[in-house]
Amino acid sequence: MVDKLNDDIGEEKRLRLWEMMLKLRLVEKKAYDLFLQNLIKGTSHLALGQEAIAGAFGVALKQGDYTFCTYRGHAHTLARGSSIEGVLGELMGRQCGLMKGKGGSMHLTDVDKGVMGSYAIIGAHLTIANGTALASKYNKTNEVSVCFFGDGTTNIGAFHEALNMAKIWNLPIVFVCENNLYMEYTPIHEVTAVEHPAADRAGAYNLDKIIVDGNDADEMLRTAEKAISKAREGKGPSLIEAKTYRHSGHSRADPGKYRPDEEVKDWMENKDPIKNYRAKLLDFNINEKIISEIEEKIKDQVEKATEISMASPIPEIKEIYTDVWANGGSEWHN
Amino acid sequence: MAQLTYRASVSLAIAQSMRKDQKVFFIGEDVGAAGGVFKATVGLLEEFGKERVMDAPISEQAILGAAMGAAMTGLRPIAEIMFSDFLAVCWDIVANQIAKTRYMSDGQINIPLVIRTANGGGSKFGAQHSQSLENWSMMIPGLKVVAPSCPSDVLGLMDSAVKDPDPVIFYEHKSLYAFKEEIEQTDISIPIGEANMLHEGKDITIIGLALMAQRAKEAALILKDKHDINAKVIDLRSLVPLDLQTIKKSVIETGHVLTVEENPRLCGWGAEISSLISEHCFKNLKGPVTRVTTPHVPLPSADILEDNTIPSVELIVNEVIKKLKGE
Ligand SMILES: Cc1ncc(C[n+]2csc(CCOP(=O)(O)OP(=O)(O)O)c2C)c(N)n1
Ligand SMILES: [Mg+2]
Repeated sequence: MVDKLNDDIGEEKRLRLWEMMLKLRLVEKKAYDLFLQNLIKGTSHLALGQEAIAGAFGVALKQGDYTFCTYRGHAHTLARGSSIEGVLGELMGRQCGLMKGKGGSMHLTDVDKGVMGSYAIIGAHLTIANGTALASKYNKTNEVSVCFFGDGTTNIGAFHEALNMAKIWNLPIVFVCENNLYMEYTPIHEVTAVEHPAADRAGAYNLDKIIVDGNDADEMLRTAEKAISKAREGKGPSLIEAKTYRHSGHSRADPGKYRPDEEVKDWMENKDPIKNYRAKLLDFNINEKIISEIEEKIKDQVEKATEISMASPIPEIKEIYTDVWANGGSEWHN
Repeated sequence: MAQLTYRASVSLAIAQSMRKDQKVFFIGEDVGAAGGVFKATVGLLEEFGKERVMDAPISEQAILGAAMGAAMTGLRPIAEIMFSDFLAVCWDIVANQIAKTRYMSDGQINIPLVIRTANGGGSKFGAQHSQSLENWSMMIPGLKVVAPSCPSDVLGLMDSAVKDPDPVIFYEHKSLYAFKEEIEQTDISIPIGEANMLHEGKDITIIGLALMAQRAKEAALILKDKHDINAKVIDLRSLVPLDLQTIKKSVIETGHVLTVEENPRLCGWGAEISSLISEHCFKNLKGPVTRVTTPHVPLPSADILEDNTIPSVELIVNEVIKKLKGE
């Protein structure tokens, strides 16, 4: 019998990846429950179904590396080790939130963990992520910057400006396109000149064409590690297109009716990254007890964090006037 | 003591900041090997090399995004946008990203960068290369807005802008690049938010910025020589932060105020200042605060058309006479 488990990834890392993905899944589910209870206001974009991508990078990155994500960024933030109550508290507008309610769901930021912000204007953060990568090069340090975005983002100018700049300056950065087949409500193929929205553009910037099954956690991890090493070794940027699917609508307000039932069913039943990874771990002869213990542990963590968030006070009104400027205030005249 | 042009003071100011702090680097289009389209950055590449003086592609979003990201890690970039009009193609990075990230992150992130840009009319370049856009950035919470009117202010304000922990937009006036001044000391610092009194007088306060401050000063000299009117001329130097105290003190002394703005009329900065004055000094006013601005039109190109669009010295003189003597 081949020793499937002790391959390049191994048991320890697989269990970390399992725990990570499960945490992202269960927190997003909790976020959904909290909306239904009207405890989360505003909008929110869940990454349910896309956990293998953020999860793999969370496992592959080192402390000190920089990540940039979009409004669909709860998972990417948690994947860097931010606390669950920091994320849920921010969604609920509580003092325990990562930004004490000043940013909200679409702007999660946790600099201590390398989460350099979540950005809600399509495309901008690709250019900004180049800046942290440029800083690493300028300072001759070896952090890697990673920037996550959607398929729809490949059609805005900033995407193209950022790729060109990253290449000409050989920046230590990994661009990760999460192709979930839809830009908001429109199928991406209806509005894009090429079949693979990111990968088919890679050649224009002298980058390799990389397409990966973003729901296969092991493959995602291998792809992430390879691109991160390349950047860390000073060999320049990568652009990865990871195929995936979101289980829920685009945002809180969207029931996702524009997607064919068959398509949704197929991705939910046959291509769910979590369900498939669990089966894989069993197939690799990992004891089911270990898998379930992790499940219990994460469920417990999410419940505790929810309690902490619900008990956390709402922000003080005076916070409106803080932190516009580095002096902590908001005055604009003497 | 040396005579320095506004243009030369820009490259000297950048060089001085870069010599003092290794964290400062400079990025823009045609800024290094070519020395800038206005030749305001000549010599920087030769002194600091390609690692600190970066010639960028025509990618204004990518330039400001890279500057922002680098600033988030504690570096202190100076980024050039060739003409201020081009801010329109990267306004997302300026207004949504650079300006708001500190606030949205609850103060986790500082963005200590300087965006310097060639602003204003006088060159007959037409409506897309001549605008005076300080008021665009003044409307966005989180941006500091500086516009020097002379070489010494370029030196002193650039020093402060680079050291400032917040993002600063540094509007250089194209028509001032050739302006000369005798300068004793070049390594100087002028705090951002302190207006400068360009001319003393008791009869009226004229408030200007950049080229308009210099024109207001010329007008004040004529008013004094030929019309026996003594005008105070305040060069604001920055719109954010604004030196309201100096404005108030002056209005209390003179009771008459004229703002001189190069921007088109609607929502020009003078409107905000006028409103502040009526809030803070209503009882000291002897008449309405009035504004001289470019009319609400895109800037035309032909000599005679542009010259009659941007407020001139003559127009300022006439407006003051009309105000004070009712003529
Ligand atoms: C510049 C800009 N245009 C439009 C929007 C509105 N918008 C928000 S998300 C979205 C779809 C983005 O699709 P994609 O990049 O595929 O990311 P996904 O939501 O699928 O993760 C759109 C159009 C925006 N936020 N910014
Ligand atoms: Mg999408």
